[in-house]
Amino acid sequence: MLLKSLFLTHFKNYRQAEMEFSRKVNCLVGPNGVGKTNVLDAIYYLSMCKSYLNAVDQQNIHYDEEFAVLQGRFERLSKKESIYCSIHRSKKKQIKRNKKDYQKLSEHIGLLPVVMISPVDSVLISGGSEERRKYMDRVISQYDKDYLDKLIRYNRALTQRNRLLKEFARSGYFDTDSIDIWDEQMIQLAATIHQKRRSFTDELIPVFQRYYHTISGARENVGLAYRSQLHEDDFRKLLTQAIEKDRVLQHTTVGTHKDDLELTIDGHPIKKAGSQGQQKTFLVALKLAQFEFIQKVKKIPPILLLDDIFDKFDHQRVDQIIQLVSDQHFGQIFLTDTSEQRVKELLVDRQTDYRLFRVSTGGQVEQANN
Amino acid sequence: MDLENFSSKLLQEAVDEFAKLPGIGKKTALRLVLHLLNRDQEEVNQFGNTIIKLRNEIQRCRSCHVISDGELCPICADNNRDHSTVCVVENSRDVMAIESTHQYPGIYHVLGGIISPMDGMGPGDLNIQSLEEKVEAGQVNEIILALSTTMEGDTTNFFLYKKFRNHPVRITTLARGVAIGDDLEYADELTLGKSIQNRTLFENTLSSQ
Repeated sequence: MLLKSLFLTHFKNYRQAEMEFSRKVNCLVGPNGVGKTNVLDAIYYLSMCKSYLNAVDQQNIHYDEEFAVLQGRFERLSKKESIYCSIHRSKKKQIKRNKKDYQKLSEHIGLLPVVMISPVDSVLISGGSEERRKYMDRVISQYDKDYLDKLIRYNRALTQRNRLLKEFARSGYFDTDSIDIWDEQMIQLAATIHQKRRSFTDELIPVFQRYYHTISGARENVGLAYRSQLHEDDFRKLLTQAIEKDRVLQHTTVGTHKDDLELTIDGHPIKKAGSQGQQKTFLVALKLAQFEFIQKVKKIPPILLLDDIFDKFDHQRVDQIIQLVSDQHFGQIFLTDTSEQRVKELLVDRQTDYRLFRVSTGGQVEQANN
Repeated sequence: MDLENFSSKLLQEAVDEFAKLPGIGKKTALRLVLHLLNRDQEEVNQFGNTIIKLRNEIQRCRSCHVISDGELCPICADNNRDHSTVCVVENSRDVMAIESTHQYPGIYHVLGGIISPMDGMGPGDLNIQSLEEKVEAGQVNEIILALSTTMEGDTTNFFLYKKFRNHPVRITTLARGVAIGDDLEYADELTLGKSIQNRTLFENTLSSQ
């Protein structure tokens, strides 16, 4: 799958920009703050119907404009797909595929897979378990609508159950029947969520380790493990055991909403034991594994978006990453960097087709080669 | 438009009342009120009286709790209907929806809501006891659960199932599947998945057409 051209109107710092891309590597170079990342975010937006960086849609519109329009011409399985997206300050956003409106945005998500590797991913390591659950959920929902539906239902049942616990505490009246019916729903839904998260991580782990060792040169031993209370015991039993505690705390203390991914280096948490370079390698390997996973499920290579990936890496790691992604099974790549020199040096000898775009203040884009 | 300073207090009060209705804002309310003022006095009297009469005289059917003019609704009073099949719905609007299909010969039971702690609705707030009485009296052979397919609807279904599963009564629920006249290409994946899982014998589709 590839993106042939992109047309932006009033998106973030761009008033208007049009770009024609290479089938392989596209590099956006320029100083800080000119809008290199915004191009990657626009591509992400056309695929996922939202920004990778800013969840508030209105803030993705140029600050003195009323609306933004993103248009992309894609080629998917040798078929042309024209995707149009408009974001309005006062209207609902709209996504069109080949001029046809979608009923629901969720119908579009997954059609054009992308994987973004960005400095903000570091929150996966530094943040709480919620970030890591969100990561799993985002990846799995991209290819499994049933998972997304069950996840939404689980969260809904959880909210209702918590509300009921609060109500019990307020009224001083406890009724087992009422709590049981929510337990029963959660047990069924959690079974699917747990099983799907487990098979996702089971597949991801070996691929992730292979990528880490390729990039780092196989020195450290890294681990990724799915942790869930449901590994240990039957969910029904856990809920029964925890009911007294739940009543006191007025929320549900067991379930798949407490799951986590444990990230380790040589057996220690990477958050504490990993250097900045190691942490970044960890995240890049994780994302490349995710890429391979999505490719396997969707049977088309996602578009790979690499935002400021060379920062904090030594020369050898940068070289390894470029080597890896210029390989055939990675499709089209977009990357940003502040140094035109570095990008040229990396790509010039590789006989890879590439295009260089110079971005300057005010969102001016100029194609710099061929 | 400054709606706080009408030339008439009476006008303002009427607008405020209309604006309390769902989907009606102040501007629409004003338009409706001005429209009423242009109509014949008699017509407007009739309009007002109809609403007052509606509120004062409307009843709930003592058997199924649907909105009704009399103590017993025409459906429950109809001896030609199958009183051993009870379709459980959330509200009177659902009864109207199913009635307009002309496909259902049984009677109804209106719960008056679904279980949702967030909205302060528990099993005790629903018309379940009267359904229980009917079932215990042995009048019911089949209960059809026809609640919405939301989390709350499913939970309420489950609650009723638990309550009645040990009674000699068949408990069924509405089929979930592809809508009639839909292209498969445009059917959403979840619905299509359910339709594959719960596929039916082709023979059965012939007789129902």
